[in-house]
Amino acid sequence: MAVLVVADHDNASLKDNTNKTVTAALALSGDVDVLVAGQGVASVAAAAAGIAGVRKVLTAESDALGKQVAEAVAACIVPLMAGYDAVLIPATAAGKNFAPRIAALLDVAPISEIIEVLGPGTFVRPIYAGNALETVRSTDAKPVITVRATAFKAAGEGGSAAIEAIDPGPGAPRTRFISDELVKSDRPELAGARIVVSGGRAMGSAEEFHRVIEPLADRLGAAVGASRAAVDAGYAPNDYQVGQTGKVVAPQLYIAVGISGAIQHLAGMKDSKVIVAINKDADAPIFQVADYGLVADYKTAVPDLMAALADAGH
Amino acid sequence: MKILVPVKRVIDYNVKARVKSDQTGVDLANVKMSMNPFCEIAVEEAIRQKEKGAAEEIVIVSIGPIQAQETIRTALAMGGDRGILIQTDADPEPLQVAKLLRAVADAEGPGLILMGKQAIDGDNNAVGQMLSALLGWPQATFASKVELAVDTVRVTREVDGGLQTLELDLPAVVTADLRLNEPRYASLPNIMKAKKKTIDIKTADDFGGLTGGHLKVLKVTEPPRRVAGVKVETAAELVSKLKTEAGVI
Repeated sequence: MAVLVVADHDNASLKDNTNKTVTAALALSGDVDVLVAGQGVASVAAAAAGIAGVRKVLTAESDALGKQVAEAVAACIVPLMAGYDAVLIPATAAGKNFAPRIAALLDVAPISEIIEVLGPGTFVRPIYAGNALETVRSTDAKPVITVRATAFKAAGEGGSAAIEAIDPGPGAPRTRFISDELVKSDRPELAGARIVVSGGRAMGSAEEFHRVIEPLADRLGAAVGASRAAVDAGYAPNDYQVGQTGKVVAPQLYIAVGISGAIQHLAGMKDSKVIVAINKDADAPIFQVADYGLVADYKTAVPDLMAALADAGH
Repeated sequence: MKILVPVKRVIDYNVKARVKSDQTGVDLANVKMSMNPFCEIAVEEAIRQKEKGAAEEIVIVSIGPIQAQETIRTALAMGGDRGILIQTDADPEPLQVAKLLRAVADAEGPGLILMGKQAIDGDNNAVGQMLSALLGWPQATFASKVELAVDTVRVTREVDGGLQTLELDLPAVVTADLRLNEPRYASLPNIMKAKKKTIDIKTADDFGGLTGGHLKVLKVTEPPRRVAGVKVETAAELVSKLKTEAGVI
């Protein structure tokens, strides 16, 4: 059987989610091709061709694909599926947007956010905000699967797959792209960062969130995250949200500042290697998952931490 | 314009789901059930569009047990006009749900379908996209802003790295994300008024029947538990442990 992986990228660079999804795909089949659907994606395709284990890289380019418009991506992928037995898509906002559309057009039941491959059609996925794990078997001949990338190791480099341009499909005639408002940041991306510093509702305002969380993140070279409560209150943009309904992260080090640890937040970070919690409430649920807990008001703890990091050469 | 809002009755947001000891699923006996929070946001958005004059009628549809009437009633108390319950004790898969909703859309002819981006039980995040595909309509998922015009809808979406704005030809499917709005609480007079609104109770057979399932759940288990670590006294001790013991900085 052959499996198609849809690359996660921003038209300029390939995201590590792709390598992790390739690992999930290799558990299904030795014949893994990667589709790079976008606009001006030569460098992305070259990077995808270098992933170890990839057989072939397909590129499809159009304006609508460059904006990841779901109708266009689905229209491009559906005819390709004649040659594949499964399609695996990183469970990013873009992937979650177009994957079910592809599934419906193929009359297939999509399988969302798998964290383990148990067999050709059998997968494990979290349900109920990660409070339960479902082992599910698909009876579809060509399952459409989104992959929670943090659950898989990234496939390495060293491949030299051929690159082939394909028909981008009809685009999205009834959907028009109007504008993007993308946050420009020098910090690492939340999803793939080695260290994440997240702030919660305790920050009390957007100004305080910037003043406290961002310098700590920058000192550690970390990405910035936030709890749903902080996003809800408008202290941080939605794109920072870590949790079942936001981003799922699994960094080497996760520092939760002023986050109580609601179930839905824990679902987004409990697979981190080391968790640090700073909270003045000693009974906060976050301490039940933290490797290191510091019971203190962030207002004194974070400056102390900055100083201690400086003393330690950070 | 008519807006169709599908809603789902799920375990209440504040209740921790517990896995049944026989691993067949999550225990829902005697557990508080409520409207899925993302569905509530979709209902609220439909009402705001009607209040702005962009829509005339809001039809609420739910697929589920007879108790799902309460969920529909909640949406009617918020400001929905009438309801349709497709009564079933089965737990249909997203694809089956999307097919039933397609039949409802064919019968009702809405200009817009507004729904939650995902239900907090199955966490599939799939029905809106699938419904849109089955109808051959444009889709805009994860909406944080919806501007409804006569023939088009402009939707600002939560995407990786920020926001994206799309304009879709109507009819279309839009799914609601967290920041779209803050749902209202129904007032007592509106709760009373909602008791007089119509809910048509139908079966799956009225809408093409429940098609065969494609998925088989083999088991449902508890996730591995993380154990609590140690409390440190000072920030300096924390940094020292992160450096020497954990080796992560």
